[in-house]
Amino acid sequence: MATNQRLLLSGNEAVALAALHAGTHLGTGYPGTPSTEILEALDQLGGRAQWAPNEKVALEVALGVSLARGRSLVTMKHVGVNVAADPLFTAAYMDLVGGLVLISADDPGMASSQNEQDNRHYARAAGVPMLEPADAQEAYDFTRTAFELSERWGIPVILRMTTRICHARTQVRPGPTRPGALQPGFQRDIPGRVMIPAHARPAHRKLRDKLAQIARWNDAEGPNRVYDGDRRLGIIASGVSVMHAREAAPEARVLSLGLTWPLPMETLRRFVGEVDRCVVIEEGDHLVYEALRADGLAVEGKPEMYRFGELNVPRVRRILAGDTSPEAAPPAGKPPELCKGCSHREVFEVLGRLKYIVAGDIGCYTLGVLPPFEAMDTCVDMGAAIGVGLGLRHTLPPEEARRVVSVIGDSTFVHSGLTGIAEMVYNPPPTGHVVLIVDNDTTAMTGRQEHPGTGRALNHAPTQKMDLAQVCRAMGVKNVQVVDPQKPEDDFEGVLRDLMGRDELSVLIARRPCVLAAPMIRRYEQAAREGATGSAQAPTP
Amino acid sequence: MAVTNIVLAGLGGQGVVTASDLLSTAAFSTGLQVKKSEVHGMSQRGGSVTSDVRFGEQVFSPMVPDGEADFLLVFEPSQVEINRHWLRPGGMLITPDDIPEGSLRNRKSLNVALLGALSVQLDFDEATWMQAIRTRLPEKIHAINEQAFAIGRGAGERLGRKTQTEGV
Repeated sequence: MATNQRLLLSGNEAVALAALHAGTHLGTGYPGTPSTEILEALDQLGGRAQWAPNEKVALEVALGVSLARGRSLVTMKHVGVNVAADPLFTAAYMDLVGGLVLISADDPGMASSQNEQDNRHYARAAGVPMLEPADAQEAYDFTRTAFELSERWGIPVILRMTTRICHARTQVRPGPTRPGALQPGFQRDIPGRVMIPAHARPAHRKLRDKLAQIARWNDAEGPNRVYDGDRRLGIIASGVSVMHAREAAPEARVLSLGLTWPLPMETLRRFVGEVDRCVVIEEGDHLVYEALRADGLAVEGKPEMYRFGELNVPRVRRILAGDTSPEAAPPAGKPPELCKGCSHREVFEVLGRLKYIVAGDIGCYTLGVLPPFEAMDTCVDMGAAIGVGLGLRHTLPPEEARRVVSVIGDSTFVHSGLTGIAEMVYNPPPTGHVVLIVDNDTTAMTGRQEHPGTGRALNHAPTQKMDLAQVCRAMGVKNVQVVDPQKPEDDFEGVLRDLMGRDELSVLIARRPCVLAAPMIRRYEQAAREGATGSAQAPTP
Repeated sequence: MAVTNIVLAGLGGQGVVTASDLLSTAAFSTGLQVKKSEVHGMSQRGGSVTSDVRFGEQVFSPMVPDGEADFLLVFEPSQVEINRHWLRPGGMLITPDDIPEGSLRNRKSLNVALLGALSVQLDFDEATWMQAIRTRLPEKIHAINEQAFAIGRGAGERLGRKTQTEGV
């Protein structure tokens, strides 16, 4: 890729290209809108990319890469960081070697998520630097910067994107490929890597010292910039809000924050002092506003109504005008629905008709909550179907408890369902329980990504397949059955009713490939057969 | 030069995002600054989809502000009314009604036919559009899409070009 070439890239593609140019050894993550395309793009560009079973494992793998003096990129959606939070908070204490960049792709407005948590909180809570690009060019540049900061201070760096960065195409001029790739190797550093209390106590102090140094760097040469304008109105913004603000108030003086944690406080104080009125325009929670007010700076924030949903140019105009009149609700579009021919349809038709209490989960099948099925009673987070279902079984009177079924997809099951099965066999409810795995051989909702249960790697090459039925049997589930819900002879409804009536522990796998994925899966299998006749059986990672 | 704002709207599976990719690729290749954005995810499952394309010398937000679209392309009649609010006063609506019934060999290329109808209103030459089709689409569907574009362009010419006094 020639330097200075002019490209039209999505933010996700820009991150992948930057990671490649930065000499990333490994990209890993779990699919989740709006982050999914990053690793797919890295693979397409010739980088090494793989799906992990979940975000926690992905971050741990990346940590290992860093300690082996390699560079790693870890990608996930905002709620994925919750899953990866455990390693993240302690990785912040460690002395990393190779650059480790974590992409948090937030979904303000919840186009495809169960909440709109603002992951800027994670930078503060874990004590790690956070960069926030305002367009694809900055997504490229800041990914490069993130690797440099991570290696300079031996600390994980979060690049926080949002839907309108990830999925917006804007111009990118890439920089040069980083010369001198790191040579992997292992050097022992027990106090810097083995986080027992005796090592972690000084490590925490060291982390705070690193953050103080990074804050000074941020003030001196951080990726923050001022767009000159009339000093009567100053705007402080980050991420895509910078763009909305510059359009909504072209006359204003705008401070665009690139490294939003630790904040460049000297820069901010100077900026606030230079303008008559200063408004903080931030999507989501009031983080920057609160930090500046705590510092005694006389800045204005946004009215509470603008905490909810995405910002855009009209909403920024309203914030600047102090307009809190009710906003017109956008006309309701057509809701999404399960595809024609999708076997989840048969499953949810039965669950609805039998009036079961359905503890649901995250995936295409969550659409079973919508008409005409309306056959779901809970949806919380990845894997929650099993735990929530068990809690309901433990507590409801037996007659009602026997109506409870947990419904979870195959990718979600591998992500976070196994510990639920461990809980089920360890603490079985008196009425038993039934876990229904709706297995469509792909991670359908995010765009048909592979996972350990498909037996295909990120690039669809064959790898060891995890057999969900055998896993459940090995974990101690008494009844494990596999049916195709579209085959009348398999009698999905009859088998389900039988298992629900037994007061035992059962896993029923309703297996049929996703209608959208099926033609591709046939091609991958064909390619695998042709490959297997040659010498190479090992997957190309 | 003012920013041109275009909203494309339809249902998941109709090629809304592909059309906005083609449009943004064409605009970008003429040297303009281009921003385009849409929401993925749940909307892919047959639900309503919109994609925003903006181009000009300098574009800030990747989202077309409500009531500021110069053009609204709607791929599915049921989606016209719920998307009309994007159009500015005097903005132009282009719908499947503008493409003669039965003129397309494959209804799947409706998205490109609608771009053909739009192309009459924009200052990109035909070669720019053909190049975008060839860059963005797989080779085996080049011919059918080039044909669909020509059909749409012919239909667009019959609609006539909006004049500058109308602000486009």
